[in-house]
Amino acid sequence: MPESKRQNERLIVMVIIGVIALNYPLLSLFSKAKLILGIPVLYYYLFIVWFIFIGCVAVILEKNKASSVDN
Amino acid sequence: MLQYWVILVVSFSHLGILFAIAYYGDKRADIGRSIISNPYVYTLSIAVYCSAWTFYGSIGRATTTGVGFLPIYLGPTLMAALWWFVLRKIIRIAKVHRLTSIADFIASRYAKDPLIGGIVTIIAVVGILPYISLQLKAVSTSFNVLHTFQSPSQIIPATDSIFSDTALYVALLMAAFSLLFGTRHIDASERHEGMVAAIAFESVVKLAAFLVAGIFICYYLFAGPTELIYDAVKSPELSRLMKLEALTGGYTSWFTLTFLSMMAILFLPRQFHILVVENVNEEHVKTASWLFPLYLLAINIFVLPISLAGLTLFKDGSVDPDTFLLTVPLYANQELIALFVFLGGLSAATGMVIVATIALSTMICNDLVMPVLLRLRSFQQRDLSSVLLAIRRGSILGILLLGYVYFRLIGESYALVTIGLVSFAAAAQFAPAILIGIYWRRASRRGAITGLLAGFAVWTYTLLIPSFAISGWLPASILEPGPFGFEFLQPYQLFGFDMFDPLTHSVFWSMLANVGCLVTVSLFDRQNGMERLQATLFVDVFRHSGTDTRLWSGTATVVELKELVARFVGVSEARKAFSQYAAEHDFNLKTEVQADANLVGFAERKLAGVIGAASARVMISSVAQGEEISIEEVMKILDETSQVIEYSHRLEEKSRELENTTAELRAANKRLKQLDRLKDEFVSTVTHELRTPLTSVRAFSEILRDNPSLALEEQQKFLDIIVKESERLTRLINQVLDLAKIESGNVEWTRECVDLGEVVEEASSSLSQLFHDSSINLKKMVPAESVFVMADKDRLIQVVINLLSNAVKFCEPDTGQVTIRLSTPSGLARVEVEDNGPGIPADEQKRIFEKFHQLKGLRDEKPGGSGLGLTICHRILKYHEGDIWVESKPEAGATFIFELPFAETCISFRERK
Repeated sequence: MPESKRQNERLIVMVIIGVIALNYPLLSLFSKAKLILGIPVLYYYLFIVWFIFIGCVAVILEKNKASSVDN
Repeated sequence: MLQYWVILVVSFSHLGILFAIAYYGDKRADIGRSIISNPYVYTLSIAVYCSAWTFYGSIGRATTTGVGFLPIYLGPTLMAALWWFVLRKIIRIAKVHRLTSIADFIASRYAKDPLIGGIVTIIAVVGILPYISLQLKAVSTSFNVLHTFQSPSQIIPATDSIFSDTALYVALLMAAFSLLFGTRHIDASERHEGMVAAIAFESVVKLAAFLVAGIFICYYLFAGPTELIYDAVKSPELSRLMKLEALTGGYTSWFTLTFLSMMAILFLPRQFHILVVENVNEEHVKTASWLFPLYLLAINIFVLPISLAGLTLFKDGSVDPDTFLLTVPLYANQELIALFVFLGGLSAATGMVIVATIALSTMICNDLVMPVLLRLRSFQQRDLSSVLLAIRRGSILGILLLGYVYFRLIGESYALVTIGLVSFAAAAQFAPAILIGIYWRRASRRGAITGLLAGFAVWTYTLLIPSFAISGWLPASILEPGPFGFEFLQPYQLFGFDMFDPLTHSVFWSMLANVGCLVTVSLFDRQNGMERLQATLFVDVFRHSGTDTRLWSGTATVVELKELVARFVGVSEARKAFSQYAAEHDFNLKTEVQADANLVGFAERKLAGVIGAASARVMISSVAQGEEISIEEVMKILDETSQVIEYSHRLEEKSRELENTTAELRAANKRLKQLDRLKDEFVSTVTHELRTPLTSVRAFSEILRDNPSLALEEQQKFLDIIVKESERLTRLINQVLDLAKIESGNVEWTRECVDLGEVVEEASSSLSQLFHDSSINLKKMVPAESVFVMADKDRLIQVVINLLSNAVKFCEPDTGQVTIRLSTPSGLARVEVEDNGPGIPADEQKRIFEKFHQLKGLRDEKPGGSGLGLTICHRILKYHEGDIWVESKPEAGATFIFELPFAETCISFRERK
């Protein structure tokens, strides 16, 4: 059970980080009329952050596949 | 442009495939080999979240607001990360309590109250109508475009009647499919495995169509997405789309959309149904938590390029951006791709409609109509299984027709996304009741009711009514300057709050009202027994899993129960269920007439799966005679049990403390006994030692008295002995007293700066006579500087004298050599007394410091000391925080050494003196 508690804590922290990263003011830093390799900066930021977030959640959850006990 | 019949044939075949999949899925479920019991199908079924809004509306939204289409996918991503404990808790609760819809869930949490169930159902239906109409609009529009597109300037604007007719036919078609998918029979668990399989398939089609269209547009029509974007943003109107400020309402709106979609992904009725009711295995949530956001990411990658492509191609704005996904391929004469896109959109729309209408019809049937019907006496005795089906089918049809009506009234005035967001805001009204309800026991029924009603009222006023006003069905003066001229009641600017866009404004006020009422009323409310029970069961579901609340103390006959159940699930189903129960519980259906509490509970649960928990309770109680154990009694039992448990905990603690104390007492007793024994030994030894010289004194005194004519020489000798023995006795008594004083701590020690050199001097000079008499040489090795310690001078002298006199005792006269050395190794003051006597064997070296321990003297005579001298030295040294020991080898003499800590402060003191 402490294992899943730690998992839960990590997930909550991930969500808080996600909310901060995907909102004002961090978001405003990237809201520019500029293209990098033909793609607007804002899109880069959003999609990359999005992808990384999904990856982190996947790692946090799948790491403990073995110990998924009914708590 | 495609022929009418081509589109129809393809559409029907697609729907036919869906139906076949659903049929197959149900068949497999019946034989127990489910095809949907894996996390990937689960994840794909959740993707029903992506309806025609995602398919068409996102692109339309991107053309006006840049990234403004994205937050409703970021929200679910964030929320999905929390699914593992939030969603899992909800699923567990639903499974344990056999809950079959969101209305059932909320009603069950708040004391199984049918009123709440009804309210939730109404909110759900009203709230989702816009969403359904959105799907109708999308399918009709796409059908129209496909059918009439000739060139950008020649999209025949659909005449009102044709357009609306299309929508009507679409509505009826969807109703037909929903009926076929969801109401072929009544399943007690309200699960529709076939439907889930079909939905999952549709999600694949959606994604494939979008990706194919995207790849085509980016890489075949244009030179690649980067080129496309690069060219597009050369124009200033398009370049502003790269910034977030293109979204009306800016960052506030962004945040609101994220928040709303976080609530919507869980609490839209179709989402709740798929996520919770249709869930097969909790473990699937783990995979879905990251795989579903990945799906969302994939289906959104091409939105920006496609929207820019559309804007580039159709510069004059004559083409509705919501249709770009169709019109761009059509413009390039790629009719096949356009058809594929149409199928994708159709999948997206039908998926949403089917699940939503099935979920809503279940709620209408179980939570709205049935509770009312069951109260009517005339329905109490009839066979109701066909009635149930009829109600459900009727409600599906009704919902779709209502959706069509809403579309006629409102649909043309708004972009797709705007319509959908209104439904999101409605679904968000369920969030407080559920999320707060599963974590806070004190959330009460009345609190939930007021919260829901308040939130719904605000939502209606700030979003629903304005949409009618904007479409012209209500006077526009409601919006501005406000109803009856009251400015502070303007629906888009309540109380003059004008800094938010309409959506954020509505969400803010409705959430405030909802949560505020829920919390405030709950804090002041007192819950009855059922509320408390349900609250505890919900909040503590992970602790109570597996326990059943069997509350029936009454009895019913088996026949009655079976008949009752048969009225709702049909005779054969009821018979099957009861036989299964009998087999599992060793219950002989033939001989037992009375049903025990277990069977009654089983029947209740079976019914609850079909007509909802609240109604089932009513039905069972009408059949079972006798008292239902009142909830109050159950709570009392629970209370008592917990009290007993606490009491026994405390008893355990007390007994543990008692054990500890006993152990301590035993140890103390042992120590006391030991000390007692030591004391006895001491007393006996001392008395013995005292008696010996006394005996001599007495003996010789008697001889002298009895023999007056003894020779003078003899007399002198005897007197000498008497004196010596008396001295010895005195010495012994003094030592004993001294030791006793030291050990009991009654000594007054002086502490002053003492020069060890002086100590050595004084001790040696006081014994000089002794040395001279025994012809033993004393050598002194003392450094020139003073060696200061903080000590009692007299006591130190006593120690040195003792050591020296011991040394004398053990040295040969004439050859005896005693050396006394004073040194300061490593910060300590050290005195050594060395003799060249017989030495002390190793096993004696520690024991000589013990009380009354004596070594045999050199001359093998009785030892001359008391055995306490070294003991006293040891105690003195110990008091001074020093140490004393002996180093010796047999035949090689002995060196007694003691050490004391230095006293640096004394040096300056002395110098001053």
